[in-house]
Formats: sequence, C-alpha cells, structure tokens
Amino acid sequence: MTIKNRDSFLDNLAGQLGRKRNTKGVERPKWSINPQHRVLKDATQDELVEVLETQCKEIHTDFISTDKKGLADALEEFIDKYHGKSIVSAGGPRINEFGLAQLYEKMAADGKDIHLWDEEKGEENKVFAEHADIGITFSDITLAESGTVTLFNDKYNGRSISLLPQSYIAIIPKSTIVPRMTQATEKIHQQHQNGQLVSSCVSFVTGPSNSADIEMKLIVGVHGPVAASYVVVEDA
Amino acid sequence: MGIKISYKPYNERVKEGVDNSFMQQAVASAQGRFRSGRQNRADELGDWEDWRTLGEEIRTHTLQNIDYYLQELSENVVKRGGNVFFAETKEEANAYIQEVVRKKNAKKVVKSKSMVTEEIGMNEAIEAAGAEIVESDLGEWILQLDNDPPSHIVAPSIHKNKEQIQKTFAEKKGYTGTDKPEELGLFAREQLREEFLDADIGITGCNFAVAESGAVTFVTNEGNARMVTSLPDTQITVMGLERVVPTWEELDVLVSLLTRAAVGQKLTSYVTSITGTRLEGETDGPEEYHLVIVDNGRSKILGSEFQSALHCIRCAACINVCPVYRHVGGHAYGSIYPGPIGAVLTPLLDGYEDHKELPYASSLCGACTEVCPVKIPLHEQLIRHRQIIVEDEGMSPVSERIAMKGFAKWGASPAAYKMSAAAARPALKPFSRHETIKNGPGPLKDWTVNRDFPLPAKQTFRSWFQKR
Repeated sequence: MTIKNRDSFLDNLAGQLGRKRNTKGVERPKWSINPQHRVLKDATQDELVEVLETQCKEIHTDFISTDKKGLADALEEFIDKYHGKSIVSAGGPRINEFGLAQLYEKMAADGKDIHLWDEEKGEENKVFAEHADIGITFSDITLAESGTVTLFNDKYNGRSISLLPQSYIAIIPKSTIVPRMTQATEKIHQQHQNGQLVSSCVSFVTGPSNSADIEMKLIVGVHGPVAASYVVVEDA
Repeated sequence: MGIKISYKPYNERVKEGVDNSFMQQAVASAQGRFRSGRQNRADELGDWEDWRTLGEEIRTHTLQNIDYYLQELSENVVKRGGNVFFAETKEEANAYIQEVVRKKNAKKVVKSKSMVTEEIGMNEAIEAAGAEIVESDLGEWILQLDNDPPSHIVAPSIHKNKEQIQKTFAEKKGYTGTDKPEELGLFAREQLREEFLDADIGITGCNFAVAESGAVTFVTNEGNARMVTSLPDTQITVMGLERVVPTWEELDVLVSLLTRAAVGQKLTSYVTSITGTRLEGETDGPEEYHLVIVDNGRSKILGSEFQSALHCIRCAACINVCPVYRHVGGHAYGSIYPGPIGAVLTPLLDGYEDHKELPYASSLCGACTEVCPVKIPLHEQLIRHRQIIVEDEGMSPVSERIAMKGFAKWGASPAAYKMSAAAARPALKPFSRHETIKNGPGPLKDWTVNRDFPLPAKQTFRSWFQKR
C-alpha cells in the first residue's frame, strides 16, 4: 500500500490557490440550503410503499407487496415467470429470519439448482452466479423516490448475485424503505463517523440494466440482469 | 488518442458536421429527449434552483480546499488496502498504469466508459505495454470496433445509426443478425460477457470519490462498471483531480443532480461505490487496487478566473441544449470534450493554439449557463476566452487582425466612413433581389452561405438623422 508523488502534487495545487497546504482543520461548511431533506418528508411508511410501487413502472421492474407468510408464494411466482431453474441467493442471518431456508430446501427437492453464497466456497460462488437464471438478495436500504435497492455487498451478499444472472429479485423488508438516497448516505456517513467499516461495495440498484447507446432507443438488459422484480415484505 | 481528436482545420470539421444530415437529425432528436428528460425531472422536484445552489456551494468549497480533500481521500484509500498515485501529467499516469499491467503480466484489460482515460490516451499506452484493451460500454465498444472518437460525453456514439452499427458488428465480429437495437444489444452482451470473465485487470473512471472514506463512485446504466469492479482481481480507478466530494452526504446531492441533468433519471440503474480491496471472506471484488489521480493541466485552472470550470460534473446538459452543437455535432469541436463545456475546458487543458476557434463555436445565447446543475457561467467564460484571444494578437486569426486594424482606421475617419456607408448600397445592389442578398461577394459570402443579408438602406442613419 503506497502513496506516490503526493506532496509535490498537492503543494502545487495549494500554490495555485495562493496559499500553503491545508493538511488539517478544514471543516465542511453548513450549506445554506438543503432541498434534499424536503423530498417525501412527511410520508408514512405505507405512502412510501406506494411511491415505490409507482416508480417501479418507470424502471421496468415488477412489484409485489406481501407479508412473511406470503413471501414464498411471491418468490415462486417470479421464479416461474423468469423460468428459473438455477438460483443463486445471498446467505446470512436473514435467510432464516424470513423463512427462506425452508423455501430453498423445498425448491431443491423439486429439482431446482439452488446455491447459497458462502465464503467457504470461494470462486465457485462466482462460477455459479455466472450461469444462474436468477439472483436473489435482500435490500439493506430502499429508496422510494427512485425505486432503488441499496446493497451493502459483503461475504454473505456477493457483488455478482445481483449482477451476473439473467434476472434479479430483491426482497425488500418494509422497514428498510426511506424517502430517498439522502437517508441512505446519511446512514453510511454516520456509520463511518462511528468507526464502522463502510462496505467494500455499496450498490444502489434501480431495476434491470439498460442502455440507450443505439439511436437513443431503450434496450433493457445489457450487461446486468435483463429483468428485475421487487418483493416488499411486511416485517414490523 | 488524447484530448485532440482531429488534425483537420476547424472550418473543415464544421463543414463535415453541417453536411452530415443523418448525424444532425440524430443529434437533434437526442438533444430533444435529453432536454425534456432533464426538464421533467427538474419540474417534478419543484425546487431545482435550490438544488443547483447547493451543488454550486459544494463544488466551490471542495475546489477551494482540493489539496485537503485529496489528501484525506488518499489516506483512506490506503487504509482500505489500496495504492494511490498522483500523476501531474498524462505521461506519468500512463507510465504507472503500464507498470501495473507489466507487473501483473496482464494479457487483457477491460474498462468502463471514462472521459479522463480518453483524455490521457490510456488505451494506446496499455496496448504499448503488450495487453489488449476492451471497451465495455456499449457505445464505446461500437466506437472502438470502428476506431472512431466519441462525439458526446454521455452518449459517445450518438452520431451513428443502427445500420452502421450492424455493419460494424458484422465486419468486425461476424454478427449475422438484424439492425434491431435489442438484437444488437444482446449480441454485445454475449460478446462482452466473455471479455469480462477473461480480463486480468479492470479499469474505470470515477464520477465522484468520497474523501471521508476512500470510496469511488460510478454512475452507469448498463452495469459494465459493476462488471469491471466485480470480476477482475486487479483494479485501477483513474480520476481527474477535481472529482472529489467531502462526505457521503454531498455524494447524494451531486449524484442526484448528475442523473437528472444528464439523462433525466431520478437515479441511473447502477450507482456503485467501491472502497479499496475486497474484505476478508468476500469472493468478488479486487484483491489489488490502484487509484490514479490525474492533473494533466487542471491545476493551471485552479486559482484562475476559470476555476469554476473545474466544478463540472460531466452531465452534458450544456451540450444537450447547445444550438451550435446541434448543427455541427461533437466531432467538429476536435476535442473529446465538445459543446459549451468543451469549448471552455479544451483551450484551458490543451492550450489556445490548437483550439482558439472553439470559444467562437457559440451563439452566446446562454442556454448552457441556464441548465448547468452546478451553475458554471459557461457563456461568460466563452466571452472571456474570446477577449484573451483577441488581446493576445498572436492567437487571433490573421484575417481578423487585419480586419480589426482596418476597421479601426476606417472607423476613425469620418470622411471614409461617410463615403463607404453611402457606397454600400450601390455596391451591393447587383447582388440583391427584393432588397435581400442571397449570394454576397467577398467576405460577405461566408455569411450568405448560411443566411440572407439585407441590402443596406437607401438612406444612411446619419443622413436620416440630419434631415429629421
């Protein structure tokens, strides 16, 4: 781990600004205006779910809202829709909390190829994800305004799960829904201030991948998933 | 390639643009979509001006303290297992990247779309180090196959139509499908998936780096930057020195401004922030990470009257409203940075000598300034460029210098002025029809090629005024 050429480079910048280098003591000012806090400021949790559902139409994403009991059915519905035979899912404690472990066992018994992301399995995780039909993860923070799931990628939730398979399903615990990106970045900022390690990869994912590089025509599904769906689960 | 994309003279580049009716149509329609997308998103927020004010405040503070924030950033990247290289020139940046390529004995490097890597000519440097370089953004991949420079900073292949793209895929990659965009996109997906899996090194640009924690953020729709940062074991991020924000909270504001101003989306499909190397237990993401921070002429702008040009977040909103860009297209600017921001930045980064016409590629209508999400006074900076070019006689075109000197003498002599004002109408009469000149003589020709010129009035203003 090295830093090269820093002093001459930064001394030059300070010189251009007509002063000596500032190596400490620079404070972020209090900004004169903060419009980001006004967005959906007084919305209830149910209203945020509605905003999210409406936004899903704009981002070509299927949406369903259910409770813990209905989660298995909802997932099966999307898995059928995407013709899912092989499925890679994030691991971790929430698998049991939301009763997914049983669902996956049942599916495996029905002949589906299920892979839980597991640090012990190393490279095999990526290889499976690359050929999988569907990737499933939980959302850590969900942004109603833009229809975005925020993933703190880690040893349970590999970056590839929401990226390499043909289709992607995000399970959204209702309590994770916030108005917009502002609340997510505030939380990350706070975590950092509290000395917690920020995730090596924070992915804000908004629907399937797309491109408009050919004659400005929308192509849904370029490098990432071709289809995406969100399942909101009551978890209060 | 570098910042300069053509050795043809400006007039020739403009003529090529003006004569390319497909390109003009494509650009006009793209501009229309981008503009209405941006406008809808701004209207929906209802307080867009407040957002712009905040954006400007954040950028101003950050650039005023850029040395501090870059130091903080570099320390945090190292804390998370990365290496940081500060490159004053493009040569230094490329040499460092080549060293990584050689040390890793890399055969294939895959990259996502990045203007700064275009600016420093990184692709050629990597090839010179013995590795293959693959562009993975759909638009950039098309251009790479065709060996064509980008003409827009957000939609690089905006000047090409689907038939041309089909032909390129067929010739270069054996494509046999139709010219449907979906089918072309699917073909690119399949071809590029193999490249991602095969690559030894992944390289990205950087939309914003977060000083407080060492994260670098990529704003994309296709997901190629996620591929590049998830699959290869070694990664390099190349960023212009101005591309930093103090904390995650400012990242929110600038990303929100960028996606709305650039493509009219509340957020793009992927906004991805990666920090250093993968952590223990993680199986994707890099095990070796390098951040290359590039000056390449930027520091000269710092502390100058053009400092706010460094506030640019590369959204291209100014390009999308520019009437001149609409007519001449991106390639006419001869720079990888076209449009109003390109006309401001290119002479600053690469000198006036090769780019002195660019500040004149503007009608000064001010639409660019009005849409800029961080309030850069673009058209005022273009006027200032013109003043500098004219003040420094050596830079302005010879014909303009002679004309200006002649005008000064002529205008200073009342007799000469009076005589020529009275002579203008009879002299031009033979070229006119219905009081209008459609094909003027001499210097007037450049004007009348594009628009009509009115025949001078029968009575001069002075004589009208005297007889009044």
